[in-house]
Order: sequence, then structure tokens, then C-alpha cells
Amino acid sequence: MNRARLVRIIGTYGVLIALAALILFGFLRYDRFLSFYNVMSLLRYNSMFALVALGMCFVIMTGGIDLSVGSVAALGSVASALASPYGIVPGLAAGIGAGLAAGLINATLVTRANLMPFIATLATMQAASGSALLLAGNQTVSVSYESGFTAIGQGNFWTFPIPAAIAVVAYLIGSLVLNYTGTGRAVLAIGGGEDASRLMGLRTDRVKFLVYVASGGLAGLAGVILASQFGAGQPIEGVGWELFAIAAVVVGGTLLTGGSGSVVTTLAGVLLLGILFNVLNFENGMGWISLSAYWQSVIRGLFLLVVVLLQARLTRRRLNAL
Amino acid sequence: MTELPRSYAERDAVARSFDLFGFLSRYGTLIALVLLVAFNLAFTRNFATMQTLNVNLTQVCTIVIVAVGMTLVIATGGIDLSVGSLMAISGALAPMIFMGKILPIGSIHLAVAAAMTVSVSVAGLLGLFNGWLVARFRIQPIVATLVLFIAGRGIAQVMTNGNLQTFRVPEFQWIGLARPLDIPTQVIIMAVIVAAAAWALKRTLFGRRILAVGGNEKASELAGIAVSKVKIAVYGISGLCAGLAGLIVIAINSSSDANLVGLGMELDAIAAVAVGGTLLSGGKATIVGSLLGALTIQLVRYTLLANGVPDAAALVVKAGIIALAVWLQQQHRG
Repeated sequence: MNRARLVRIIGTYGVLIALAALILFGFLRYDRFLSFYNVMSLLRYNSMFALVALGMCFVIMTGGIDLSVGSVAALGSVASALASPYGIVPGLAAGIGAGLAAGLINATLVTRANLMPFIATLATMQAASGSALLLAGNQTVSVSYESGFTAIGQGNFWTFPIPAAIAVVAYLIGSLVLNYTGTGRAVLAIGGGEDASRLMGLRTDRVKFLVYVASGGLAGLAGVILASQFGAGQPIEGVGWELFAIAAVVVGGTLLTGGSGSVVTTLAGVLLLGILFNVLNFENGMGWISLSAYWQSVIRGLFLLVVVLLQARLTRRRLNAL
Repeated sequence: MTELPRSYAERDAVARSFDLFGFLSRYGTLIALVLLVAFNLAFTRNFATMQTLNVNLTQVCTIVIVAVGMTLVIATGGIDLSVGSLMAISGALAPMIFMGKILPIGSIHLAVAAAMTVSVSVAGLLGLFNGWLVARFRIQPIVATLVLFIAGRGIAQVMTNGNLQTFRVPEFQWIGLARPLDIPTQVIIMAVIVAAAAWALKRTLFGRRILAVGGNEKASELAGIAVSKVKIAVYGISGLCAGLAGLIVIAINSSSDANLVGLGMELDAIAAVAVGGTLLSGGKATIVGSLLGALTIQLVRYTLLANGVPDAAALVVKAGIIALAVWLQQQHRG
């Protein structure tokens, strides 16, 4: 019994332990690792991925998947860049609106047309990518620097980066919804067994609908931050974001079969993948080794492999322990 | 209160249109293809020329080759996201070998033979690795192949340091440029692979086992099928197909860019398989369907481009077609 409990704790908090260990490693090894500048720029840059991963986490918990988030973020960045001359609010509204629209299409295809989430969101991915290119006229769209729009990505809330603050708020809301509302419990119930949930009287289609719309909206918001942070709406950015987000969710310990998961450990998964890259940069700066930026994806892949293998072992043990 | 009438209406509608949907789902892709060709014959200038045929076939054949391996993987209920990255690895490795960057080989023919064998085998071995993760550790295929999707392109980039490798080696490039009997070599390769795989899936024990595993894994295991071996084999085959496709792409381009070779190929191949009528949940698969699916998607794109629709808009239409095709097939089953 004790051993089973230990295994469960490692399964749940493993990613947090790994994150703490990696941060400790960086702190001991590099002088400026925990410097104010490094931490803040790390948070600023990874806030986009955090938002996308949050939406993905909810979708995956229902047993679905959303492949469209990357190109929806690109679409959102173009829409918000086009609206940026009119100010912060129109910029935000355009980006999030574009994301919500794409999410609505996903939701309709999955719940009304009963398409498999993989195929439905694959189609939306291509459609969003095409729409982004059409809207942008096949080039990057510069944002307006006069309207204050760039504050969303580049500004600070006192000294804390605004995009990171947005991500923190989003995760707080996500955590509250998942743990303290009926919708949150329904999300997990659907992932655990959709037919059983429906027979129990849960409105499964409505919950799934919400989840895909939310994922689209969060991807759109990530697009706004992308445009604002780098000063341009980028129709071809976002390639591979969906798989990065899936990796972060998996590293965070959420099973792809749905039915279980946690918002906090997803955030830890995003940070873990982000910090790995940061550590690599510092290591290069030390001069002992020199690894090109191309190593980052190799290392991320290896890391994902280790996590997945550990998870496979843990879940099997957990099953045996029951 | 709307529940009851709606379900009656639905049942009525299904009863009346069942045959239509059944017909559409079985021959829908073929009908779409015929309609597209007819449309083009009527409206697109210079459509009925050998050149048009060649352009479309050469563009589609790497997708078809990858889609063949993907069909087998999907037939077992799996999926392979790593194919694009494996194309990049094989595309990066081959020029390094035949240009003598790894080992100086005297004869160019020998060097090319070594390059082709080694790079395709490496892709096949990495495919086996995918299968090993799926079969041995029971990791979900999406996650297991995500590992090489992320790491694979990185490996190719690290091998070449991200640099473009350009070459002009006819002894190698015949695979993408030569035209025996006026047919591009890669089209012949594609035809052979499609025929072999279609035969294997329909007529061999291995093919039966693939479908059995996809249809009901537990039952297959109890019936004495070595489920793990079947799974490892299909991922290995998918790797081989991807490796070969990588060689064709770099031969056509006379260059290899690890950042670009095979980028997005996994999704193109999956779309072709889905449009072709293979069940994504496994158990039912058609290789010829995947060929038709790839041809349809390609011809839609060509039709739009040839009639002045921008590429970006063609993407949107392509998305609509994928969704519509899969939806139509589902109506038949549901």
C-alpha cells in the first residue's frame, strides 16, 4: 500500500520535482540563471506557449486533441496586427475573436458532425493557416507602435511582464474551473468515459463544445501576444506549436487518453521545456561545450522520451497496485 | 421537448438517404476524382497534356509513398507523426555519404548505392524504434512518434549543422529526375509500392494480421497473433517509406535542407489516408483509397491554382474537402 502511494505521488508531482531539480541545477551552475532579467524574459517568451498548452490540456482531458492551435495563433497574430492601429482593445478583440471563430468551427465539427477530433482540427489547422496568409497578403504585418498595442507583449505590470501576468490569470481561472465547478468535473468525466457520462445525464456535447471554443480563444490570445511581442503579425509562425503543447501536457503528467490531468502540472511542463532551452544557452555561454540551437529539439525529444517511458512504467505499476 | 421529434426526423432522413450515403462513402473519392478531371477538361486550359499529368504525379508521389506506410500503421489503430522528420534524416544523411563527407568512397556508383541503402535503412530502424515504443511499453502512438517528430528534425539539423547541402550527382538523382519510357522514375517507384502494399494487405497473412490487430487487439492476441511483432513491423515499413520519400525529394531539388525536407508531411499523408476511406481507428484500410485520396487533394489544389485561386485560399478549400470527405464516410457507418 505504501509503495503504491509513493508511486502515485511521484506520478503526480514528478514534473514539479524535475522542475525544481532543473532550477536548482541552473542556480548552482550559472551565475545569472536566477537573475531578474533572465527569469522575466523566460516568463515573457513562454507565456504564449503556456496559453496554448492550457487550452490543449482541457481538450486532452476530454479525450480529444486540438492540432489547430499553432495556425490559429498565427491567424490571431495577423488579425490583431491588422486591428492594432485602433488600440489595445480592438487588437485584443480581433485576435481573440479570430481564435474563438476557429474554435467554434472545431467545436461544431467535433460535436455536431461527429468527426474525430484529430481530423476535424487537422482540417481547421489548414483552413486557419490559409486564412492567415490571405488576411496578411502572404507577408508579415507590422503592428502599430503608436496605439499602445505593443504593451500587451512588451510591457510590464510594475516589474512583471504583462504576457506572463495574463498567463498566470488564465491558469488561475483554468484551475478554478477544473477543480471547483461542475463543468470541470464534467470535463474529466467525459474523458474517463463519454458514453457513461452521457447516460448519467451530463451534457457531454455542450462541455466538449466549450472546451474546443476555449482552446481556440486561448490560441488567439497567444497570437495577440506573439504579434505584440515581436511587432508583427506572422502568418507562417506557429508551425509545430500544437505538438509542443501536446508534449508539455504529456510532460505535465496528463494522460492522452483523457479522464485525468492537472492544470498546474501542465504549466510546470511548459516551464520545464522552456528552461531546458535556457539551460542549454547558459551551458553554451560557459564555453565548455558548444551546442548549436539545433540541439534544443533533440534534447526536448529525448526528454519527452524519458518522461513517456517513466509514465508507462508508473501507470503499469499503478494498475498492478490496484 | 425537441429531443423526440428531432430524433424521428433524423431517423427518417437516414432511412431515405442511406443508399446515397452508402454509395458516396464507398465510391465518393473516386467520383470526386472523376468530377475534378471532367471539370478540368472543360475549364482548365492545357489540362489534357502529358506535362500536366507529369507535374501532378511528380508532386503527389512522395505523399503517396509516405501515405502507404501511414495506411498500414493506421490500419493497426496507430498513427505515425514522425514521417516528416525521418524524411529529413534520410535526406540529410544520403548526400553526406555520396559526397564522401563521412567516408571517402572511390567509386561514385558504390557511394550512391551505400548512401541509398544506409539512409533508407536508418529511417527504417528509427521506424522500428517507434514500433518498439508502441508495442513494448504500450505508449500511445501519437506520443511515441511525437518523440521522433521533435527529435528527428533536430538530429538532421545537427548532422548538417543546419546548412543546405547542394549537389549535382546524376548517378543519384535519377531517382527523382530520370524518365525511363517517358515516365518519371518516382512515379514508377510509387506504382510499385502501391501495388505491393495493396497486394500484401489484401492477400497475405501479414495483411490479415494487420487488420485483425486494428480491429480488435485483445481478440487478435488471444487468437495467437504476435501483436507486438505486427506493430513493430508496420512502423518499420512506415519508416522505410519515409526514408525513400526523403531521397526522392532531395533528388528533385538537387539539394537537401534539413529544415524543410518533409515538413508537414505527416499531416498531408494522414489527410490522404483519411480521405481515401481508411478508418482512423484501425481495422479497415485501403491502399488504393489512400492513393486516390492523395490524388484528389493534389488535383483540387492544382485545379484551384490553375484557375487563378491563390495558394492560401486553396488551403482553405483543401481543409473543407478533408472534413467533408471524412464526414460523408461516417454517415455510412453511423
